[in-house]
Amino acid sequence: MTTKSSTWLKALAREGSGAIITPVLGIIFGFAIAALFIWQQGKDPVQAYQELFLGAFGDLDSFTFTLLRFIPLAFTGLAVTLAYRGGVFNIGAEGQLYVAALASTWVGVSMPGLPAFIHLPLALLAGMAAGALFAFIPGYLKATRDFNEILITILMNYVGIYLVGLAVNNFLMEAGQTAPQSALVARSAWLPVIIPGTFLHAGLILVFIFALLIYYILWHTTWGYEIRSVGTNREAARYGGIKVNLVMILTMTASGALASFAGSSEILGVQHRLLENFLVGYGYDAIAVALLGGLHPFGTLLAALFFGALRNGANSMQISVGVPVSIVYIIQALAVMSIIGATAARKVYLQAWFKGVRANGSHPGRN
Amino acid sequence: MAAILAAISTLDFLIASLRMTTPLLLAAIGDIYAERTGVLNIGLESMMLIGAFGSFILAYYSGNAYTGLLAAIILGLIMGLLHAFFTVTLRCDQVITAVGENILALGITSTLYRTIFGVVTKQPESPGLPQLSIPFLGKAPILGPLLFDHTLLTYIALLMVPITYVILYRTTWGLKIRAVGEHPRAADTVGINVYLIRYVCIVISGILASLGGASLTVGGLRYFLDNMTAGRGFIAFAAVIFGRYNPIGAFIATLLFGITDAFQLRMQAMGIPIPHHIFLMLPYVVTLAALIFLAGPSFVPRAQGIPYVRDER
Repeated sequence: MTTKSSTWLKALAREGSGAIITPVLGIIFGFAIAALFIWQQGKDPVQAYQELFLGAFGDLDSFTFTLLRFIPLAFTGLAVTLAYRGGVFNIGAEGQLYVAALASTWVGVSMPGLPAFIHLPLALLAGMAAGALFAFIPGYLKATRDFNEILITILMNYVGIYLVGLAVNNFLMEAGQTAPQSALVARSAWLPVIIPGTFLHAGLILVFIFALLIYYILWHTTWGYEIRSVGTNREAARYGGIKVNLVMILTMTASGALASFAGSSEILGVQHRLLENFLVGYGYDAIAVALLGGLHPFGTLLAALFFGALRNGANSMQISVGVPVSIVYIIQALAVMSIIGATAARKVYLQAWFKGVRANGSHPGRN
Repeated sequence: MAAILAAISTLDFLIASLRMTTPLLLAAIGDIYAERTGVLNIGLESMMLIGAFGSFILAYYSGNAYTGLLAAIILGLIMGLLHAFFTVTLRCDQVITAVGENILALGITSTLYRTIFGVVTKQPESPGLPQLSIPFLGKAPILGPLLFDHTLLTYIALLMVPITYVILYRTTWGLKIRAVGEHPRAADTVGINVYLIRYVCIVISGILASLGGASLTVGGLRYFLDNMTAGRGFIAFAAVIFGRYNPIGAFIATLLFGITDAFQLRMQAMGIPIPHHIFLMLPYVVTLAALIFLAGPSFVPRAQGIPYVRDER
């Protein structure tokens, strides 16, 4: 408890109170504008938001479902955070989690009879390898041939999504079925449930382990120092003797491995079989999550919880009040845009005012 | 195999390819202006989606497809101003801004569509842009139907290629655009208004991308689907890089994608015993392969992605 709160305090001190206040204001702004949309539909925004909140946190069931949404968002958010700290943009978490789910399902389905302590790690590792490979390609092209990693990862997202479609319609299709879905993953590869009577699986524990690990690596190891140096100023890092290309490739690959857990844990922990479009938009939301979380692993967890609650609560809101689920995209987007807008405005106007450090934008040091 | 060859060697196939190229070409040509001034516009996707939705709604209510185009132009202008304000004035990260815009466009269009039409069993249809056959030329064999019998948007897209080429390489304005993208500080020193050039070019990009979106609804399907742009904004962005920020290069790149898209549709319709997901994947794989193996060392405007800060004195 004491160690945890002290890390929080340190994080707060490092990032400044703006890291807390700006996101909160951004979220409030997002809700306020979305309220106008709801009101314009002739619905009561207060009632809608009440349903949203109850749907997300109302009872143990709702809360576990929020946590189940939180897990993949946290993994992809952490993946984006790590990559961003190393100066590469990973917009490919979506594709990475899809191929990871594909690999995990394949191991889970095709090797029945293995003991659980081998089968489960093997399935997770297969997913990790697939996700890592999918991120390695843009990372390698970026580092060695200066390809735009944003573009490559976005295009690869579509490839990953269609690969899953291809798999569940062909070689992974359940025997004797016409519906595009894989067979059930063998029980020995299921992630264990951690609270009996709910669906909450061990992926939740993995999330916290990885968040701590990333925090530790980034701020307490040489490798983390190198990642952050490359992310802050590539030229200076190179001058300082850091193998920039290698660090970039490794960061991107690690980021893909992290994103893989979003897909693997969803399959092995929740759905137990692969379906087309089984987890839509989590890779793109990850960017918003990472940003809202101040590009810090612990902040990312908080932001992922918020997004998970939004996603889960929006369903109840749609059912009971009739407000479309897509309204949460508006809330998310407005929160993101007001955060970057407010942060940038503070930099541009306040710093110019004090004639202190010249504003340089929030540019992560690309090119 | 013979059936496939027969299917793609028809005139219909070439016309379909050109139709699939139109939205991409419009977005890509617009993006060249923005990229040449050094501002990344990965928000093309949002601009296309907003344009597709706005033109559909206005055409639906007015009963006139051209009103839809007007709506697309105005919405594209607004989206362009938004992107310019964030990236040029506020100097925000150009990628994150675009990600925000893309989510925003998806949210707004999906939400409004449901608000306006509710849950419908039959897709509401808007009027579509008529085919404009050009007198004399439209009657020519082969070339007539291929080049001179299209909707207004296809003509605009095709005309924008030479126009943009001339503007970029033969006018002072083009010189200014390129100067701003290569060395904004030097451009500023010789009295070019860096901010103004960037604003104008991003707005042009927004308008053309929005028209590209309109070509999907009023210029194509005549109805609207959630997230119907399906990554075309990103493909257009890829085409610009692949085409080395040059309108002719971008045209070739988008045409490549349009042909692949028309090909995959044709193959799906023919019921070839190859899983249709392979065809769905094809345009993206072809773009990726083309980028990696054909594009070679990338040419990038030197100031790309870097916000310009004018010295305050």
